Amino acid sequence: MSNSAIEFKAKQIPDTLSKLGLIILAIGVVLGILAFYTDHSRALFNYLIAFMFLLSVGVGSIFLISLEYITGAVWSVPFRRIVEFLASVTILLFILVIPLLLNMHDLFHWTHTEAVAGDEILKGKSPYLNTSFFIIRVLAGLVIWAFFYFAFTRNSKKQDLSQDQHLTTKNIRLSAVFIPIFAITITVSAVDWLMSLEPHWFSTIFGIYFFSGTVLAALAAATLIVVLLKEKGFLHPKIIDDHLYSFGALMFAFINFWGYIAFSQYMLIWYANLPEENFWFLHRWEGGWIVVSILLIIIHFVVPYSALLSQPAKIDPKRLKFASIWIMFAHLFDLYWLIMPNLESEHGYSFSSIDLVFPVSVVGILILVFNYNAKKYNLLPLGDPKLERGLNFRL
Amino acid sequence: MNRTDKIFGIAALFDTPDAIINAAEKVTAAGYKKIDVNTPYPVHGMNKAMKLKPSKLGFITLFFGLSGAAFAMLFMFWAMSLEYPMIIGGKPFFSLPAFIPITFEVTVLLATLSTVIGMLTFFFNYPNNNHPLNGTAYIKAVAVDKFGICIEASDNKFDKDVIEQLLHHLGANEIETIYYPKDEVYPIFQPKYLMFLAATAIATSLVTYFVLNKLMFMDPFNWMMVQDKLIPQEKSEVFEDGFGMRKPVEGTVARGFIPYPFMGEPTPADVLSNPFLPTRENIELGKKKYLIYCSPCHGNYAEGDSRLRGQFPNPPTLHSVRSREMSDGMLYHIITNGQNIMPSYASQVTREERWAIVNYIRVLQRAKFARESDLQEIKKESAANVE
Repeated sequence: MSNSAIEFKAKQIPDTLSKLGLIILAIGVVLGILAFYTDHSRALFNYLIAFMFLLSVGVGSIFLISLEYITGAVWSVPFRRIVEFLASVTILLFILVIPLLLNMHDLFHWTHTEAVAGDEILKGKSPYLNTSFFIIRVLAGLVIWAFFYFAFTRNSKKQDLSQDQHLTTKNIRLSAVFIPIFAITITVSAVDWLMSLEPHWFSTIFGIYFFSGTVLAALAAATLIVVLLKEKGFLHPKIIDDHLYSFGALMFAFINFWGYIAFSQYMLIWYANLPEENFWFLHRWEGGWIVVSILLIIIHFVVPYSALLSQPAKIDPKRLKFASIWIMFAHLFDLYWLIMPNLESEHGYSFSSIDLVFPVSVVGILILVFNYNAKKYNLLPLGDPKLERGLNFRL
Repeated sequence: MNRTDKIFGIAALFDTPDAIINAAEKVTAAGYKKIDVNTPYPVHGMNKAMKLKPSKLGFITLFFGLSGAAFAMLFMFWAMSLEYPMIIGGKPFFSLPAFIPITFEVTVLLATLSTVIGMLTFFFNYPNNNHPLNGTAYIKAVAVDKFGICIEASDNKFDKDVIEQLLHHLGANEIETIYYPKDEVYPIFQPKYLMFLAATAIATSLVTYFVLNKLMFMDPFNWMMVQDKLIPQEKSEVFEDGFGMRKPVEGTVARGFIPYPFMGEPTPADVLSNPFLPTRENIELGKKKYLIYCSPCHGNYAEGDSRLRGQFPNPPTLHSVRSREMSDGMLYHIITNGQNIMPSYASQVTREERWAIVNYIRVLQRAKFARESDLQEIKKESAANVE
């Protein structure tokens, strides 16, 4: 592969972007602090939603990187940098996790030793669900992700200068190691952060359920950035709408996958109708929650499914922009549906303006993370041996 | 030569996918509409190079997918909720979650089948055995490692020389003129072949029939017919007495029956007394049963004057002194046990009904031999009714 073939200097990302990101993040942080003072526990649960969303985007992006290497995908090579930028959110999680670990007592029922002592089920689960082991698992997960993030991106960035094809081989091997580890760590995260909020409940499909949402969030974030950059002319001129097809197709596939998994989880519990399982869904069917539950089906499945069904929709940047924003919102909504019913309040759903606060910071953080990386690194993996084929990709 | 002189089109072979894309772009740009490209594998970017419109196949898939969903849902609604509603697992008759997997399966089934069949029939015109390209050197080459383009003669701008020049100019390796083949009569439509097919079918059927039904007959499904079980009223070797059915244990009492210990005895009646008070309901029940079972012989008013009189030994009147002086128990015993020619009514009339009949007979007797006090009582009652 001749390296002179691809001479590309990206347009400078304008400074206004970082200002915009900073302003949004500042508003988000101020509102967030206010929220913590007004209603501590509600703000904490909302903080967990935002944290899980960033975790989804970050870890899902590492998964997408490894997916490209292990499948030998060509179309995605010109966009791998954008996914790598998003994957760096994983590093931020080390800081963002601190407030959650400090407030575990308000978050998790199983941390209350007096409650566990009087509860046979929680006593049985306590070898797994105890504070010290929980913290070990969380930190181990973060360290593993950070390790793989650095390993993948270091090789990828070294390749920009050295053009060394062996770095691609190295990353392929890393991917083969990472994917099973990813499967375990994402399942453990889903069980720890989401399922253990209601420690009496269990569902073996829960890890896959969260995984489907994770990949969706990462894909949608990457798609949105790609479409926006393409609109503003920051991408290589050889990148045309055909390249977007697989973004649309993958999002469509994972929308279906999410629907399949979510329905499988629901139907098995509905059919058996055992009280130790069905209360989780019954709780989400009480009072106002029934509206949220039905909206979840519409927001997370019906709308994006219809929007992405036809082939032209998977190529059209405008429709993809709508779909990616919508899917990110849908994943937030999904997390909201998973987390908020565990907030100990009166039965039934009650809306609070606090629920709107934390997504603001998420947007700010994503903008700043992208901006920081885009200024520092190439927008194209210039040394990648598959890059030219990727740029010439046609449907 | 197995072809006509009518030209179908001009085909050219290229070596690389880039060359064929370039050729397709140029040929399309030159204004040719009736073109087709044949490649050994799908070449990315070809749709755009040929300026192809998106395929309409998706609409067939969509239509049949939606039909499948609607059919499955409506069928299950009709079968499970309307026609044969059955409670399964305590779920409602129309339980959507249970229907969704089947709806999904039928949707996918119809969508995929219709896509394949629609593609073959509407888009490939199957069987299309005599397509002019069949068997040409051109199609053999593109099936292996060459990339070919074919411009058809039905195109408005078709001109053999111009096209050959254009294709040469584009760097084609080989240019072949394709002719329409002669109309073939396929052997499948020849009478000889059809006869052969029919004869084979008949012979095979006959052989199969004789082998399976005569030579080596086996019960196809006998696991329900032949079972180790007792069949009512049939001989059985399980028990020593050879009866399949068992007799109930001695002293068994059928449900709803109280055993009557005085069967066949002449006068057991001293022990029996009527357990039912002659209430209005009881007497009405007795009247009903009396008119059904007793009146054919004893007459509607128990005078022994029924329409059977003269055809039998005459049934006695129940207004005789002997009858009137009988205890309730004795009457009951006669109904239950029978007397002279009268059979037992124990199997037709229940215990309660028999006692009710006894009560009704008492009513009839008292009406026949009413006392003065009874008449005054009736007068009082009817006077009260007039007011």
